[in-house]
Amino acid sequence: MTYIIYIAMFFMIVGLTLSAFRFVKGPTAGDRTVALDTLTIIIVAGLVLLSYVFDRFIYMDVALVYAVLGFIGVIVIARYLEGAL
Amino acid sequence: MSIFEIIGGIFILLGSLFLFLGGLGIFRMPDIYNRLQAGTKATTLGAMSVIFGVGILQLEDNWTWILKAMIILIFIAYSNPISSHALARAMYKAKRYPYIKSTDENMDAYREISDNQNKEEKL
Repeated sequence: MTYIIYIAMFFMIVGLTLSAFRFVKGPTAGDRTVALDTLTIIIVAGLVLLSYVFDRFIYMDVALVYAVLGFIGVIVIARYLEGAL
Repeated sequence: MSIFEIIGGIFILLGSLFLFLGGLGIFRMPDIYNRLQAGTKATTLGAMSVIFGVGILQLEDNWTWILKAMIILIFIAYSNPISSHALARAMYKAKRYPYIKSTDENMDAYREISDNQNKEEKL
């Protein structure tokens, strides 16, 4: 069971690294916002997996709040880039 | 290993593979619309699968985990397409044209517009 968690964590860290590279490099603000959306979702999944690893039920609440805040942030940035804010 | 560990492990492995593919699509794709397509759909399925797998893993010890896992899963299932749609609509309203690589001559005028737009808009 431990090796499955290790392999899943490895895949998540590689995905995080690739999308963080796009977040730093991305040519326009829209690309950075897309990368921010992907980073938020991967971090939420990683927090839920960490809550299983450490056996703490409260980390699921942290993941839920982080998902809500990331969603609101992406919506606000999208409205700003559209020019409607 | 019990049956819950086997099913949950399969879900977690599949989900993490889809999360990796989402990150690879964000890194590799040439255009913002392609990046939205690759980054949002793959990571939605991946995150839902990982969270459901954690809920299945804890099912034999503590059955309350799957309730909160279902709450997070349903929230991701409707919030991620909404944010993707808002981003695509914002980019379309801001006149970001897609990247065109076809050799069709009917697309020449459109390709010229696209090149000019992408040169000007370095935000």
